[in-house]
Amino acid sequence: MAQIKLSNLRHSYHPDPKGDADYALKKIDLTWEDGGAYALLGPSGCGKSTLLNIISGLLVPSEGKILFDDQDVTTLPPAKRNIAQVFQFPVIYDTMTVYDNLAFPLRNRGRDEDIIKKRVTGIAEMLEVTDMLNVRAANLSPDNKQKISMGRGLVREDVNVVMFDEPLTVIDPHLKWKLRSKLKELHQRVKATMIYVTHDQTEALTFADKVVVMQDGEIVQMGTPVELFERPTHTFVGHFIGSPGMNVLPCDVKEGAAFFGDAQVALEGPAQGVANGAAEIGIRPEFVTIEKSGAGVSAQVRKVSDVGRHKVVEAIAHNQRIHAILEGEAPSAGEAVTLSFKQSQTRLYKDGWLASTPGEAA
Amino acid sequence: MKTQNQRAWLFVLPVLFLVAFNALIPMMTVVNYSVQETFGDNLFFWEGLRWFEEVLRSERFHNALGRQFFFTFMILIIEVPLGVAIALAMPRKGPWVPVCLVLMALPMLIPWNVVGAMWNIFTLPDIGLLGYFLNHVVGISYDMTQDPVAAWVTIIVMDVWHWTSLVVLLAYAGLVSIPNAYYQAAEIDGASNWAVFRFIQLPKMKTVLTIAVLLRFMDSFNIYTEPFVLTGGGPGNSTTLLSIDLVKIALGQFDLGPAAAMSLIYFAITLFASWLFYTVMTKDDNKA
Repeated sequence: MAQIKLSNLRHSYHPDPKGDADYALKKIDLTWEDGGAYALLGPSGCGKSTLLNIISGLLVPSEGKILFDDQDVTTLPPAKRNIAQVFQFPVIYDTMTVYDNLAFPLRNRGRDEDIIKKRVTGIAEMLEVTDMLNVRAANLSPDNKQKISMGRGLVREDVNVVMFDEPLTVIDPHLKWKLRSKLKELHQRVKATMIYVTHDQTEALTFADKVVVMQDGEIVQMGTPVELFERPTHTFVGHFIGSPGMNVLPCDVKEGAAFFGDAQVALEGPAQGVANGAAEIGIRPEFVTIEKSGAGVSAQVRKVSDVGRHKVVEAIAHNQRIHAILEGEAPSAGEAVTLSFKQSQTRLYKDGWLASTPGEAA
Repeated sequence: MKTQNQRAWLFVLPVLFLVAFNALIPMMTVVNYSVQETFGDNLFFWEGLRWFEEVLRSERFHNALGRQFFFTFMILIIEVPLGVAIALAMPRKGPWVPVCLVLMALPMLIPWNVVGAMWNIFTLPDIGLLGYFLNHVVGISYDMTQDPVAAWVTIIVMDVWHWTSLVVLLAYAGLVSIPNAYYQAAEIDGASNWAVFRFIQLPKMKTVLTIAVLLRFMDSFNIYTEPFVLTGGGPGNSTTLLSIDLVKIALGQFDLGPAAAMSLIYFAITLFASWLFYTVMTKDDNKA
């Protein structure tokens, strides 16, 4: 068990990196608290797996340090770090039984068979695979194989961190949910730090207490699921989380007031450092309301999709697409409407980063 | 009622035709010879199982069969581990991969009789590079036309040179298909190099190795051209393998009956050994 600290981490796969573009990880400073359930969320190719492999020791970073409880482990090999990793595709040792698979990491470390037996049966019970212990691992279904690879990580006493690299990719949809809740339950029982890498926001938001959002080798935001939803610090987070994502509308700022087209949009509070010039308004579809007439941004409805629980309306205003989520009656396509934004949820972004702070508008 | 359309059988006909001409009819001709005696002029006399009995009792056949098994056993026990070892040592990415693959494929591209002739010249004591070197530089007396041991060493080394590549390429194909995650997981699990080989690489190579062993078994058990060109079965009969002996009986002595009986026994042994090996190797694939 340990607190994991990444300090000034940079990594490049090029032997001789020139500019920022050559770096897969640009500059990472991050602390993972002991026992936390974290998700590392980001699109494919954003550097999530690179970061994971650096923590596990499969990669040595080009620059920076990794500290486990203030002890520098940057150059230690994976076996010495006491970590566990579960991969995208279940890794099992085909020729061994489930029992031998689970015992493998302990046997490699020279533990007594008595201790191994105790640990393995304990973990098997936790994973609900006790009845399969004598089955050859090659004959298991993908979800059970993935359970065994998790088990190999958890079987060791005192793992510093268990990392999951998109572990549900090959699992059938109806089993994904089951395995995910199993993971959550395991986290509560073993209390080890867990880092869960995924590009699926549902997986991230349901598993983690804290979500780290990455883009292009940088950490954009770290926060609880609610924080990410309510106050994305970057338009990327706004886009990436939510279905549909946050509406980001170009606007003009004149003396601290934001104008979308010719209509002034009331912000949640004063915008720092953006007195005049171009910026962006961010508003979640959940906080857009549609009326037939009245004050607000005039728009035309283009499409209404009924997703069951609510309806998603797509409207066009000043050549911008705006999504709104409505419960109950929705206008029909082609209708002219006015949109209004909930003021406390209307944010201002400058160059992608959050610029407004809650409070009295200027 | 289900409609039955017997015309579908027509589609099977071409295959039947092909198989009949390249396998069934030649084979039945041999079966026909094996139970008859002929003195030429296309006159045949029924002999029953006499030739089979004769062949099975003949010391000459036992000796050739023994040499055949010894040869196959030796090349398998050398080529398979050596092939796996070379495959493990080959780079898995980078500019050297194609170079290694081409170098490995080269020996297999050379025709059998050329291989035999090449090694024959290579090992000649007076002018062959290897033969001259061993006799006159190292000082070992080495002449495969005189010494059975030298002849055996040469045909085995020649086969290893010619066919280890096949095992290498198959094993290599098995190795590169192992996802990187297996090695990473093993590293995290603290597995030693031996454990990685034993529990990851070897199991993942099992299918291709089964095929490699099977191919090498069948090929080496039926080998004819290379040893025939290299030693002609000599000195004496010391390297007369089954196929060489068979050709001697069939075409040299023109004893069609015994040769036919011998071919069938030979065929049955090859088939049975291949079946046995395959069954044993794939037996526990379906076991729970």
